[in-house]
Amino acid sequence: MDSLGTMVAKRVAFGLLTLIIISLLIFLGVELLPGDVAEAILGQSALPETVEAFRRELKLNLPPHIRYFTWLGDFFQGDFGTSLANGRPIADLIGWRFANTMFLATVAALIAVPVSIILGILAALYRNSLFDRIISMVTLSTISFPEFFVAYILIALLSVQLIIFPSISNINEQMSLLEKIHAIFLPCMTLTLVVVAHMMRQTRAAIINIMASPFIEMARLKGIKRMRIIVLHAFPNALSPVINVVAINLAYLVVGVVVVEVVFVYPGLGQLLVDSVSKRDIPVVQASGLIFASVYIGLNLLADVLSIISNPRLRNPR
Amino acid sequence: MAFFKLLRQSPLSARIGLAMILINIAAAIFVPVIAPYSETEIVGDIWLTASKDHLLGTDHLGRDMFTRLLYGARNTIAIAFITTLLSFLVGTICGFFAATLGGWTDLTLSRIIDILMAFPTLIFALMVLSVTGTSIIALIFVIALLDSTRVYRLSRAVAMDIEVMEFVEAAKLRGERIWWLMRHEILPNAMPPLVAEFGLRFCFIFLFIAALSFLGLGIQPPTADWGGMVRENAGAITFGIFTALWPAGAIAFLTVGVNLIVDWFLHIASGLKD
Repeated sequence: MDSLGTMVAKRVAFGLLTLIIISLLIFLGVELLPGDVAEAILGQSALPETVEAFRRELKLNLPPHIRYFTWLGDFFQGDFGTSLANGRPIADLIGWRFANTMFLATVAALIAVPVSIILGILAALYRNSLFDRIISMVTLSTISFPEFFVAYILIALLSVQLIIFPSISNINEQMSLLEKIHAIFLPCMTLTLVVVAHMMRQTRAAIINIMASPFIEMARLKGIKRMRIIVLHAFPNALSPVINVVAINLAYLVVGVVVVEVVFVYPGLGQLLVDSVSKRDIPVVQASGLIFASVYIGLNLLADVLSIISNPRLRNPR
Repeated sequence: MAFFKLLRQSPLSARIGLAMILINIAAAIFVPVIAPYSETEIVGDIWLTASKDHLLGTDHLGRDMFTRLLYGARNTIAIAFITTLLSFLVGTICGFFAATLGGWTDLTLSRIIDILMAFPTLIFALMVLSVTGTSIIALIFVIALLDSTRVYRLSRAVAMDIEVMEFVEAAKLRGERIWWLMRHEILPNAMPPLVAEFGLRFCFIFLFIAALSFLGLGIQPPTADWGGMVRENAGAITFGIFTALWPAGAIAFLTVGVNLIVDWFLHIASGLKD
């Protein structure tokens, strides 16, 4: 049997290993695919000398393993290379956009997490009531809708019919926090609606699972008051699955931000990634892809570590 | 017939879901007959409002929206369906192999899949598409391959349970080969959970392709496709022209339909009575 520290360390090590392999994949993906990147970007009609010069600029003439370690080493030092499209350092392009993306995701998370946990618990406690049925109908449809459908309905209602919020969320550093929040209200709403649906359904399932276990029935048969059962018996056991649900959905949120950013022309990392993919600006795609992947893997890692800590049963597997 | 008997016992929600899917399939098959115009024909001014000639108005180039929506059903559903099939083909074969062979094969495959699943699908697809360029073939293969990791997980778990049954043991002792085992012993018994999963994966892939097309990286114009149509017409929303909501609504309509059926299927599979 492992101690808590060993288990967490093992999980962290696996997370780091995943990250290294992902970085290798991101790098090799470009390498292994048919055709040469330089040729693909310049087109069929490019002169051989131009292609050769471009290959040298991309450092494609060096052996792959050397390029990989240089790329990774530079990446960890904050040097992401230069963009092919405009020749600017990628770090300048990414830095403030990443901050914007995290701002949007954080505000959405601050609203979504408490709302979905409270709704999930209420729906589980009043299972099969009218409230539960309405909530589950609404969340089932929100899950089925594409994010941009939710986004455009919100725009149509709150930005075109009632002119309350802007349909283009442009923020800059001169704005106060309140102005920023007003500007990102609609993208934030969209993300919240989509994430709440997922998180609430999973929370509800986790609580129902616990309420059906024998020790809760025992407590009920002993005549303990409902409120006391929930707070002292169910809650500590529900903590682990709920923390897990929250962290997994936050990871989902960070990725889901891409489509929403495009809808609202929000100056974030997702927008940059999509633009770079259509421009085939591969160094930018690699750098922003690796950042998204690190955040995603980091949050999933956090989910696992927190559930190891909050659930003693995982530490003592039978 | 067993199917009709099952249908008669189905709840209202599942029947509504089935009707929603049938409408879409009918639209996809009979487009050339129903559609008043051709797929890329420019028939009038841009962004006309709905009228007798143009049931849903016209789009950003003056093409008939109703016609485009019908052709969109054909293209979008067909591509999503092919992708889901491919994903299941790869996922179930690998999953069954891992479960029946066990040991080293299982360990290697499962570790690779674990790592692929730790990577957000959308980001992965974007990275690959940035290199391969956006062709329909690349799109289908990339998404099918990424999605087959989820299918692998499920089919491996299901096959693990079946693999330990006596009849598989008997077949093994008879000296049957692994392909025969997978095809005749495991597959028929793994069908119910796989069918429910097929619906879920179809929804996911369908939404995923719609999102990619919406980002301009999926199915390319002038092919009518719902995600791309939203993108093309979205700019007009701020002027109070809600044409873009039609294809977006169509996507939602189909996924709600499939989800209603899947919910019912999962309910049957879980063996609950209420």
